Amino acid sequence: MDAAAQSHFTGKEAGHAVEKRPWIFTRPTAKTGIVSWLTTVDHKRVGIMYGISALLFFLVGGIEALIIRIQLAVPNNTFISHQFYNEMFTMHATTMIFLAVMPLSAAFFNYIMPLQIGARDVAFPRLNGFAFWVFLAGAIVLNVGWFVKSGLPDAGWFGYAPLTSTDFSNQFKADMSTDLWVMGLQILGVSSVVGSMNFIITIINMRAPGMTMMRLPVFTWMTLITAFLIILSFPAITIALVELMMDRSFGTNFFEVSNGGLPILWQHLFWVFGHPEVYILILPAMGIVSEILPTFSRKPLFGYPIIVFSGATIGFLGFGVWSHHMFTTGMGTMATAAFSLATMAIAVPTGVKMFNWIGTMWGGHLQMRTPMMFALGFVWMFLMGGLSGIMHSAAPADAQQQDSYFVVAHFHYVLIGGAVFGLLSGIHYWFPLIFGRRIGEFWGKLSFWVIFAGFNITFFPMHFLGLNGMPRRTAVYDGNMGWNDANFIATVGAFILACGIGIYFAVMLYTYFKGEKAGRDPWDGRTLEWSIPNPPPEYNFAVTPTVHARDAFWYEKHHKEEIAKEKSAHAKEDEAHGGVHMPSQSWFPLMTAIGLLIGGLFFVNHKFVGAICGGTVMFLGIYFWALEGPGGYHVHPSEDDDKSGSYGKH
Amino acid sequence: MSSHAGPIDHHHDHTTSTGIPNKKLFMWAFLASDCMFFGTLISTHLIYRLHPPPGSPDVKSIFSIELTSFSTFILLMSSLLMALAVNSLQKGQVRSTRQNLIGTIFFGLIFLACQVYEFSHFVHEKGLTLSNSIFGSTFYVLTGTHGCHVAIGVLWLVLMYIRSFKPADADQGRAWLIKGFFHLIVWGVTIVASMASMLGLVHAIQVGDGFGGFLHHHPVEFGVSILGLIVLWLLSRQEGPVDFGEANAMDVESMGLYWHFVDIVWIVIFTAVYLLEYL
Repeated sequence: MDAAAQSHFTGKEAGHAVEKRPWIFTRPTAKTGIVSWLTTVDHKRVGIMYGISALLFFLVGGIEALIIRIQLAVPNNTFISHQFYNEMFTMHATTMIFLAVMPLSAAFFNYIMPLQIGARDVAFPRLNGFAFWVFLAGAIVLNVGWFVKSGLPDAGWFGYAPLTSTDFSNQFKADMSTDLWVMGLQILGVSSVVGSMNFIITIINMRAPGMTMMRLPVFTWMTLITAFLIILSFPAITIALVELMMDRSFGTNFFEVSNGGLPILWQHLFWVFGHPEVYILILPAMGIVSEILPTFSRKPLFGYPIIVFSGATIGFLGFGVWSHHMFTTGMGTMATAAFSLATMAIAVPTGVKMFNWIGTMWGGHLQMRTPMMFALGFVWMFLMGGLSGIMHSAAPADAQQQDSYFVVAHFHYVLIGGAVFGLLSGIHYWFPLIFGRRIGEFWGKLSFWVIFAGFNITFFPMHFLGLNGMPRRTAVYDGNMGWNDANFIATVGAFILACGIGIYFAVMLYTYFKGEKAGRDPWDGRTLEWSIPNPPPEYNFAVTPTVHARDAFWYEKHHKEEIAKEKSAHAKEDEAHGGVHMPSQSWFPLMTAIGLLIGGLFFVNHKFVGAICGGTVMFLGIYFWALEGPGGYHVHPSEDDDKSGSYGKH
Repeated sequence: MSSHAGPIDHHHDHTTSTGIPNKKLFMWAFLASDCMFFGTLISTHLIYRLHPPPGSPDVKSIFSIELTSFSTFILLMSSLLMALAVNSLQKGQVRSTRQNLIGTIFFGLIFLACQVYEFSHFVHEKGLTLSNSIFGSTFYVLTGTHGCHVAIGVLWLVLMYIRSFKPADADQGRAWLIKGFFHLIVWGVTIVASMASMLGLVHAIQVGDGFGGFLHHHPVEFGVSILGLIVLWLLSRQEGPVDFGEANAMDVESMGLYWHFVDIVWIVIFTAVYLLEYL
């Protein structure tokens, strides 16, 4: 059995001897340096790369937001042109949604989820690397407008068809900025969908023995639901973008009104994707908060099954409410009423989650650590965003609020107060695990309070602005409308918020280099990721854990003898299989993504020969990828290795 | 890895939590996603059929339902061959697997040729283009996307077919790679030539020239495709044991899932786009 198992995995032992493979390309084996990052298939490294890129784009999106706020600080401002203002609000939304919040969630999916279920890696490690490189390619295509004459996309992140169809968009700017937007989103969609399929297979198939579905940590559950939302909703926007691209590049009539096209069709296709997208952004944050509240309340999560099922219900209902973005398009009374009701129904599972979180804290020994502060900020801010959301679900009220700053206030409360607070708390919470250092409490809390204050000063006045009729997406307003004070306060708030984010980043950087070393399991955690050394070794678990309960590590800590017995049995089994099987690194995910990037950029330019060249590189990448085979090698970790993790910077 | 002691359980993988192999689960997830993809395209088409703008073309005068019915039948039969290929490999019969794969490939090619013929016929003789009507836009994009799926499936089948010749002995790898690459090129040439032949043949039959007329007008295409088939036959002769067997049944099975899915989607498209017009 030994020999057979080894030959299946190319028979390599613990070292990294050059592989003897029938292939002109030898597989990269570097463990440090630039090549190791370019060819990595390690879910932790992919997660870190996702995280760093997402945070950089978070800063870019923040700068875009500040430009918008400066322009709106005083009436009749001439700080930027109307054209540039359009580009800024388009890019701010696109960047924050697709290049900051989604990939930051993906960073946690990548890094934390396999650790929580006791897996060695994700199900398809090379595909995981591919998803990251494709994400980067899409991000480059979206942002290429900063550096070329045609400028940035300017039709809004919703890309409503008359604005993006050929006649209309070329009326203002006969160029390729909208094509860049279309192609960038298309490429990002590839990344999200293949990444999500990988997560689904990983969660369903790679769980440690005993980790039943109802013992999965909540964050892993929310990852699963989010991944399902992504693979089922992204095809809708893919097709919408294909149709738009065909309209723009090949003269089809999908959205050309003069030839019988229906622009409303764009809105339907877009929001069939766009509404589930909202839950794609918030569910991971809900998962993170559901991990943090029990840890710092010293209590198990209140109503675990309910929180899982309510998450699934939110995901399911999320597909049935897209038309509440279209109440003012004249869909008809029945459709409006039906979507109104369905939208209100979503408040039920969301409210259930709220009560679960409160129930978790109720009677607990709350430890007010920084991650807990951010998590509490999440609960409070998300509640406010949720309440104004219910106001929108009533169609008559929505008719008044549509496209006003009230909506802007609502979704920023949900997406910053919700998603971003959740993700920032997640960074604080898992920082010691990922980098082995702990963020100082004082500076962490300071950043929390500044962010919290800045956020509320910025967005709370927008409720009043909206109710007073200030429309969104307008570059200037008159001084007599009564919007001056609130706008000025909001701009001041935006700068306070920026300061808070600045402190947050500075503290993170300081901690990474100079921070206090964190011991193993610094928060007295409940889930499996805390059972391994920090930073985690490349192979994650020296011995596959066995799971007996929800909060597996918590159980382990209180049932030491049985667990030790099982671990030694597992260790023997692992050894009999030749040690821990690790996937080999590969160049081809990167090569395939580069092909896609080249093809995409040339296609946008309508240079079809270049596009075919890019496609050829992509095809060759896939072909080599397939011929290369999964590969792999074995490592033999001992319990001693556990004490000094060999992975990462340290 | 084709020699195992004892019976092989094709559907249970002991290294995964559910016993379902990762690849199979991945394929199902992908197909779930693809369902939404085609669902969106088909809805777009149906919405515009229900709200045709003034001046829309008369669809029944454009379609040639006999040809499309024929190609639908061919695609259904290709699914049968695909199933037989999976079945053969699960029994370890590599030779029979290859024969069934070739059958699937050629039936897929006939379907594609019919579609290409249909498109060019519609454009040149019926005046239906991508841009001159909303029907043209939705029709070509929907059926063209399906055609792309078939073409990707054919490519995948060809690559799998070539892979089945990889020798068991890894040391002669480089020679095999060169041969495999040559194999791929011959496949490419044969596919292009036989597609052209099939197009010519369909045209000859439609205009009543028959096989003789086809040979008269397309001798080169026909000759090259026959030559290509002979070379493919020569390349397919067995030279020692191969690294392909029951252990790869899962790879062929996931490819089969894709192929059957594309077939099912075509049945939906055939019904919704073509047959409903004849109600």
